[in-house]
Amino acid sequence: MTPEVKERIDSLVQGSKVMVFMKGNKLMPQCGFSNNVVQILNALGVPYETFDVLEDYEIRQGIKEYSNWPTIPQVYINGEFIGGSDILIELYQKGELQQVVEVALAS
Amino acid sequence: MVSPQQVETMIRESLPDAQVQVQDLTGGGDHYQVTVISSQFEGKGLVQQHQLVYSAVRQAMSSEAIHALALKTYTPQDWETDQGV
Repeated sequence: MTPEVKERIDSLVQGSKVMVFMKGNKLMPQCGFSNNVVQILNALGVPYETFDVLEDYEIRQGIKEYSNWPTIPQVYINGEFIGGSDILIELYQKGELQQVVEVALAS
Repeated sequence: MVSPQQVETMIRESLPDAQVQVQDLTGGGDHYQVTVISSQFEGKGLVQQHQLVYSAVRQAMSSEAIHALALKTYTPQDWETDQGV
């Protein structure tokens, strides 16, 4: 990953309290796993931003290195990597995701 | 594409004490659901637990031999709690 790509990812991650790197966008997710994350965040009713990795090959590859995580989607809350689809589902089902997001939005 | 047995072997090479359940979601050998129970997950967050499993199958995932891996990870204690034992 080049320093330029890392800088772009840094600014994306720090630019929103809840940031999702996904395939497609909120309205048209292009992958079932990305869709899971969108549905969960919509259900929580919290504001979030998305970045479509299908539109940008450098970010698509760079984000995997950035978080040492091999798959898309990736969710960042308050600049911290929280997980992909499986972890989001698990945190949501345990009621923990709501807490994490509320704390982030209040900060 | 890899066999369920190969997936289990890869994971157990990295996490020798692990109990591994592998389910082929499509029958195509590239979409798997895997449950891993290991004492090596103790004291780690979910992200770190999943990273341990991903690192065990890194090569198969980067070559797209495995396209999708749905993961559930548990410490032995969490597993018992989850099963209501």
